[in-house]
Amino acid sequence: MLGPLQRLGRWGLGVFERLGRGHLFLLRILLSLGVAVTRPRLVIRELYSVGVLSLLIIAVSGLFVGMVLGYQGYITLVKFGAEEALGSVVALSLVRELGPVVTALLFAGRAGSALTAEIGLMKTTEQLSGMEMMAVDPVKRVIVPRFVAAFISLPLLAAIFSAVAVMGGYFIGVGLLGVDGGSYWSQMQANVDFYEDVMNGIIKSLVFGFVVAWIAVFEGHDTVPTSEGMSRSTTRTVVHSALAVLALDFILTGLMFGDI
Amino acid sequence: MTTRTIEIAVGIFVALGLAGLFMLAMQVSNISEYRNTDGYTVNAYFTNIGGLKVRAPVTVSGVRVGRVTAIRYDPERFQARVEMTISAAHDYLPADTQASIYTAGLLGEQYIALEPGGEDDVLVHGSEIFYTQSALVLEEIIGRILVNLTTN
Repeated sequence: MLGPLQRLGRWGLGVFERLGRGHLFLLRILLSLGVAVTRPRLVIRELYSVGVLSLLIIAVSGLFVGMVLGYQGYITLVKFGAEEALGSVVALSLVRELGPVVTALLFAGRAGSALTAEIGLMKTTEQLSGMEMMAVDPVKRVIVPRFVAAFISLPLLAAIFSAVAVMGGYFIGVGLLGVDGGSYWSQMQANVDFYEDVMNGIIKSLVFGFVVAWIAVFEGHDTVPTSEGMSRSTTRTVVHSALAVLALDFILTGLMFGDI
Repeated sequence: MTTRTIEIAVGIFVALGLAGLFMLAMQVSNISEYRNTDGYTVNAYFTNIGGLKVRAPVTVSGVRVGRVTAIRYDPERFQARVEMTISAAHDYLPADTQASIYTAGLLGEQYIALEPGGEDDVLVHGSEIFYTQSALVLEEIIGRILVNLTTN
């Protein structure tokens, strides 16, 4: 009878243990952040594999999301004869929500999983222990550059995503459906506030970048050194990042826009 | 791939990201409104401001000359005190200018329309607009119409 209760307790303890290890690991990363300043080349190399290689999927997804928003916004707005407001609908939903969130989800799938797999394989093949044997701190040499690169990349990618998507909405709304181009931009500028909307979107993407980078490097470093363990960590990175991003988005939205 | 190519690619990536941010700031949002804040401030007291918001436009004959910078309630006059900044280029508004709160479109935003008077003195920094007309509240109008209909 006490069996299920014990299993539940073991599961709960396991969750808290992992949370604790994750935070201690984050503390170690933050304490050795200085290496990103003293050896920027390491970060640049990671920026390439994390940021530049994600550029294509982010830009293409942004274009399509913007075009879909243009279509859907137009279909709804034209019922009220308010299709001139398409620009503000597209831009507000992008800079406030879709830009940071969709970018973070795509980034977790494209770059986060790759980071976890890379670090996990290093651990599985004992490269990390090898570094420690040579008195090289693997956190400084391997983890911190990847963490910093992911943290920097996400806000930049989110900005590119939103900018491309606004252009996509313009192509569909103005180019295809015949909304007036001047009112597309002027409605947008009249309704999107720089501090309230754009800055809050950037803050969101900074938070998401931090969380996704943290989850990805922690799962990689914490992987069970087997092929099964690696596949599990990679999956966990994507799942946990997605859950964390969506939950944090709710909290941040409540904090930023809740008092209006 | 050589270090040089990687560094160039990263440079392009960062430049693209910053260009995206720049576009969001300049093209998409209203940051240009925050830049030219030089101008003079005048106050007006309204009995009811309706749905007027901070940063709402201030217009003369429909031409935008400034924006609302602060709204608060004056506990001594029991009226709403609206502070508006008018850009320095429009320093010719007579002192007896009238300020009214109108609505742009049927469901649109509310704005302040200024109607120049005939005095020679002009509005300067810190002066007050004495002639004001409050926002129209739909319920009040309906109420008045109903009263008129029933009394007739």
